[in-house]
Amino acid sequence: MLLQAIAFYVFSTVLLLSALAVVSARNPVHSVLFLIFAFFNAAGLFVLLGAEFLAMILVVVYVGAVAVLFLFVVMMLDVDFEDLKKGALQYLPIGAVIGLAMAAELALVGLVWKLAPASAGVRASATPTGMTNTEALGHIIYTDYVYYFQIAGLVLLVAMIGAIVLTLRARTGVRRQSIPVQNARTPEAAMQLVDVKPGQGA
Amino acid sequence: MPLVPFLNWLTLHIFGGTMPFWVAWTIGEVILMAVVCLVLMLGVAGVILADRKIWAAAQMRRGPNVVGPFGLFQTLADAFKFLFKEPIIPSGANKVLFLLAPLVTSTLALAAWAVLPVSAGVMFSNINVGILYLFAISSLSVYGVIMAGWASNSKYPFLASLRAAAQMVSYEVSIGFVMITVLLFAGTLNLSAIVEAQRHGWFVFTLLFPMFVIFFVSSLAETQRPPFDLLEAESELVAGFMTEYSATPFLLFFLGEYLNVMLLCGLMTVLFFGGWLPIWSIAPFTFVPGFIWFLLKAVFIFFLMAMVKAIVPRYRYDQLMRLGWKVFLPVSLLWVVITAGWVLYRSGGF
Repeated sequence: MLLQAIAFYVFSTVLLLSALAVVSARNPVHSVLFLIFAFFNAAGLFVLLGAEFLAMILVVVYVGAVAVLFLFVVMMLDVDFEDLKKGALQYLPIGAVIGLAMAAELALVGLVWKLAPASAGVRASATPTGMTNTEALGHIIYTDYVYYFQIAGLVLLVAMIGAIVLTLRARTGVRRQSIPVQNARTPEAAMQLVDVKPGQGA
Repeated sequence: MPLVPFLNWLTLHIFGGTMPFWVAWTIGEVILMAVVCLVLMLGVAGVILADRKIWAAAQMRRGPNVVGPFGLFQTLADAFKFLFKEPIIPSGANKVLFLLAPLVTSTLALAAWAVLPVSAGVMFSNINVGILYLFAISSLSVYGVIMAGWASNSKYPFLASLRAAAQMVSYEVSIGFVMITVLLFAGTLNLSAIVEAQRHGWFVFTLLFPMFVIFFVSSLAETQRPPFDLLEAESELVAGFMTEYSATPFLLFFLGEYLNVMLLCGLMTVLFFGGWLPIWSIAPFTFVPGFIWFLLKAVFIFFLMAMVKAIVPRYRYDQLMRLGWKVFLPVSLLWVVITAGWVLYRSGGF
């Protein structure tokens, strides 16, 4: 139990500190790396809660895919972040309002979760006994709520197609290789042997 | 591992029973970790030597044959050479990230071994989502490469790291789908249970054979081994993202690379070749310990990898991307559907 407590405090302290570093780091690449570290510690907290499937998916999806794209963009685009930050203070009031609203709503959600009688059933069904939480999630997503899951998938598909359509541009003058045509080429079609007599030149 | 008896022994005998269980547990785990790391390092030394010997044999050379009998200690000599050299950090480099990158690479490569079962019940930790853990770790290993390329503050490493990141992300997708087909067949995410599910036929001899081929090729791309070593294609990018690295940081990259190769050989053994199970479950074969079977199968797969390195010419980058996205991804996706249908049919779901 003591080890678990130590692990919890280590994970949550490091999580909060690196989350703070995300917004305060001067170098945007460092920000993204701290963000990755924060994800990682969140995964550690999931493991402590016994939600090992969620922990692994958090690492695979957010750290392994999303953050790689972040890092790509931040590294490739030569954005002067110091320049962007110059006028940042004038947004402080509205930022503070939004932050406070979010904090208040989070507190409300926590209270409702704790107090409302309807949430007791939900809390219980999230951790059924006699099966791993992978199986439990599978039952919820693919059996109980399969249509919602399908709709979410369709929405993502539409978003993906939209992104592709928006960025697709047909460039002219690009030589493309057709692999079947390339594979079908034979030496006879591509070259010819010329028997040059000595002394006669080419 | 038979950890609990060992820990009981530790608490009783060495510390006279005065120690709380969690302290003994921590000490025991640390000792175990050190032992596993040591064994893995020795394994890497052997694998590097085998790689070079096989490559040499395919080219009718002798390969390393000077240090020790048959050149057995060549890798150790190389390792010590790297350790005793001066690490050079470019003045334009981001010092912290520059040194963090090789550490990330080698640490992740070591951490991945925690869940791989080398024999019945012999593994560091038997977690329910073992295969997802491995997938997560392997999707993290791209960070070592990106960080190295960016922190070097140099053109070739940066270009190479972009290539590497794109390559690893692309092939991770098909590896994920291949894992899903195996999961569908085994019905579990636990690596030991996946091995046990193959007791009546290894998955490589079932519907999943094409998936093994895809996994094999993808793992070549994932570990940047030839013919997919485009990020260190020396004719294009000098030494890739490792161009600016020397001494121990370079050694750590090298270590991580070969640990990943070994891990993928082990993973293919577990997923497709029945892990520690013998070829036939009859008398002479069952006498051989499971660990030996695991080792034999993994070494066989590594031999295949080494032969590919020796005899297949390097791919062009656009061909590599085409293979990943236009061939492997649709085929593996189709195979997920086919496998799911087959599993449903066998269980009488139709």
